[in-house]
Amino acid sequence: MLKNFEPNKIFSITSKAPKYVLFVFIIVISIGLIEALIISPEDYIQSHSVRIMYVHVPSAWIALGTFSVIAILSFVILILKNKSFILIAKSLAPSGLVFNIIALVTGSIWGKPTWGTWWAWDARITSMLILALFYVIYILAWRIYDGREKAHRITSLIAILGAINVPIIKYSVDWWSTLHQPASISIFTKTSIHHSMMLPLALMTAAFALFSLLIFLMKYNTELIKIKNKGLDRL
Amino acid sequence: MINDIISMNGYGIYVWSAFAFTLISFTALYTVIKIQLVKEKIKFDAKYLTLTSEKKQAVRAQETYKGILASNSVSKI
Repeated sequence: MLKNFEPNKIFSITSKAPKYVLFVFIIVISIGLIEALIISPEDYIQSHSVRIMYVHVPSAWIALGTFSVIAILSFVILILKNKSFILIAKSLAPSGLVFNIIALVTGSIWGKPTWGTWWAWDARITSMLILALFYVIYILAWRIYDGREKAHRITSLIAILGAINVPIIKYSVDWWSTLHQPASISIFTKTSIHHSMMLPLALMTAAFALFSLLIFLMKYNTELIKIKNKGLDRL
Repeated sequence: MINDIISMNGYGIYVWSAFAFTLISFTALYTVIKIQLVKEKIKFDAKYLTLTSEKKQAVRAQETYKGILASNSVSKI
């Protein structure tokens, strides 16, 4: 099964896919923005400020999901030392960090009209800030140790250590008394969000996931060409 | 109607700035990654063109190099 993850097989997909992903992303985000900013109703308590949810929540989900994937891949890397997984994990980090920053900044903007403050050392916000720090450390470690044998071991350990924070972020609203409300959307229980708000949220999540995929594909290609450039030097 | 969309009952400044920040971040990230990719492709093209014909042949025999060459401008030379 691991043969399917060989760089040359992945490159044949990643080199052609970005233009199609970009095309679908533009269509989905255009519809998502119209739904989120114009068609969807205002909230009876939060009024129009609820629209910030359509950028804040998908960004937080993708930042969290991306780090979880990096951590799982890192665990496999430490056991199997699979080169493709190393490249995949490394290529996922930039979009994960940017989505994490978007979640923090848009959350701060949403906090002002809702809670009356730009920032609070609330459990959810603080744990998301810690996640951003782990992203920064992970990317910096790649920069510092790039090209050295121990690079994948150090970065994998950082990702696995950072993964401890992932369930803390998820359950922070249940474990502590925070400014954040408990989750409105769950896979296992009934979703409490109205479908008129669920549609733009789903569209924006799909658009953000496509953008994350686009950045991953481009970054993967860059990293692979970088390796092959070094290969040309050795010829 | 346009005024309502812009002002959003006084929440427009918060909503529009959150969406603007998101879209600016997307554009910045896309641009940075695209520049990095183009730079590496240019570097690859330059190195490939300096290779001897035997080395070029050896490079072309490998799957990944073939893929990179197919996606780069050098393949059209």
